[in-house]
Amino acid sequence: MTRTQGYDVEAIRKDFPVLARSVAGGHPLVYLDSANTSQKPRQVVEVIERHYLEHNANVARAMHQLGAEATAAFEGGRDKVAQFIGAPSRDEVIFTKNASEALNLVARVLGDAGTVGPGDEIVISQMEHHSNIVPWQLLAERTGATLRWFGVTDEGRLDLDDLDTLVNERTKIVSLTWVSNMLGTINPLDVVIARAHQVGALVAVDASQAVPQIPVDVASLGADFVAFTGHKMVGPTGIGVLWGRYDLLASLPPFLGGGEMIETVTMERSTFAAPPHRFEAGTPPIAQAAGLGAAVDYLSALGMENVAAHEQAITAYALERLQEIDGLTIVGPREPVDRGGAISFALDGVHPHDVAQLLDSRGVAVRAGHHCAKPAHRRFGVQSTTRASFYLYTTEAEIDVLAEAIRHTQRYFKVN
Amino acid sequence: MDVDALYQEIILDHYKNPHGAGLREPHEAEVHHVNPTCGDEITLRVHLDGDTVADVSYDAEGCSISQASASVLYDLLVGKSVPQGLAVLDAFSEVMHGRGQVEPDEEVLEDGIAFAGVAQFPARVKCALLSWMAWKDAVSQAVSDPKEQ
Ligand SMILES: Cc1ncc(COP(=O)(O)O)c(C=O)c1O
Repeated sequence: MTRTQGYDVEAIRKDFPVLARSVAGGHPLVYLDSANTSQKPRQVVEVIERHYLEHNANVARAMHQLGAEATAAFEGGRDKVAQFIGAPSRDEVIFTKNASEALNLVARVLGDAGTVGPGDEIVISQMEHHSNIVPWQLLAERTGATLRWFGVTDEGRLDLDDLDTLVNERTKIVSLTWVSNMLGTINPLDVVIARAHQVGALVAVDASQAVPQIPVDVASLGADFVAFTGHKMVGPTGIGVLWGRYDLLASLPPFLGGGEMIETVTMERSTFAAPPHRFEAGTPPIAQAAGLGAAVDYLSALGMENVAAHEQAITAYALERLQEIDGLTIVGPREPVDRGGAISFALDGVHPHDVAQLLDSRGVAVRAGHHCAKPAHRRFGVQSTTRASFYLYTTEAEIDVLAEAIRHTQRYFKVN
Repeated sequence: MDVDALYQEIILDHYKNPHGAGLREPHEAEVHHVNPTCGDEITLRVHLDGDTVADVSYDAEGCSISQASASVLYDLLVGKSVPQGLAVLDAFSEVMHGRGQVEPDEEVLEDGIAFAGVAQFPARVKCALLSWMAWKDAVSQAVSDPKEQ
């Protein structure tokens, strides 16, 4: 019962050996924590393994055959990512450590370029991951700019009622998540981007939860910067991506200083390489870039429309099954409309950590806590929630195990 | 991992009916501690009468383990002298960090022995220790900076 239009879920699960294992107590693993990090298919792991075992060398600066192979693997990863997100140029793809570093990079270099100052405003939202809050707070503190934010409606949607006053002629930067990692909400970026550009503000998008599950075309999106992270899209940890419009990147100062990011260095001063290398100081994540290239190959072979359709179907099924449980309250949109595959919920009488512990004792891996979105939790008057999140390999049978394990938790804690 | 080892009946009882909960006067020190990974929080006050722990009052938000641990702390420490209380804290921490290898002394820890199972769940050790670390902090403030009430 888990055939999605485009691919056979049971068949592709075989690409992810970890999904076939069992955990303590002999329960088959039910991995519902993919918004935290996704599992990795053999195809990705094998590319990384082969890179280290057969092609390992440093990039760019090694004048031997292995150096050329490693450089090809690294830059080949860049080509694949650029194509995957519809970047007009490969030189617009900057490799970072993760999405957090990508967002910090934007905030830091925009600050150094004097983009904001006292009296200027930076706009974010109440549903951001801490990675898209703290860098802007720091930038506001450094520059004297004011941080403002979109609220969230009771349903868990971005509150656009005050769009025209919130984003105004003082606004210099708008930074917004595409898909909320806590509420699951998919935001109407087009409306916000149009308004931001109308007032001359730059737009950064945190696409950490979007790129893994919906087709992304940065050229048609129209934002100025897009950040995401490799490990949530069947790729390795240790690599993230910042995409930026080339003319903009070319006008910005460097982020970190070091090897590879220079044009020339004297003892007095340096000049800097063109993007993307200007923003990639030091030995980059080489094997990780090769692995990320394999990850986008994997996703492309499935087809991102099919991945999105599966995510939509499995989320709709889970919303239905979870809402059948008395005492369970979903925090975030309850309809499978403009909604990604993360469902956060509260269970009457049982704290989220205890829910997660009981689910774990049944082999069900979920996340409990604030999911790096404390302001979003506060908005809904909760300190923490339990979050189940789904990906391209999640089956309806796994959702059924989740629902039964939640009922078991209620019995264990003698609620209802 | 056997969750029954974690969720002892005693722990669930303290969770449902916490002893000594709520913030009270008088107090000489108040602290607020947070477990940043999970967000559990406690505000805890200590009232000393000379060298005696006359009251520990608290407002805690968190899981069953952290809540029950605050309740047990209240039972164990109120009425003891500060050095005796610190000795109980040491005994409790030793069990918590013992990875299940340290046999708890019921004479010293009373209901606290129920937490021995927590030591097998590294992710939950911090939950059990939250109120204890808060108490240690509050007591050291109360002792070093006795405020006139
Ligand atoms: C929406 C969102 N933004 C940013 C991040 C940060 O990603 P990373 O930890 O890889 O930097 C995450 C994931 O944790 C996320 O879900």
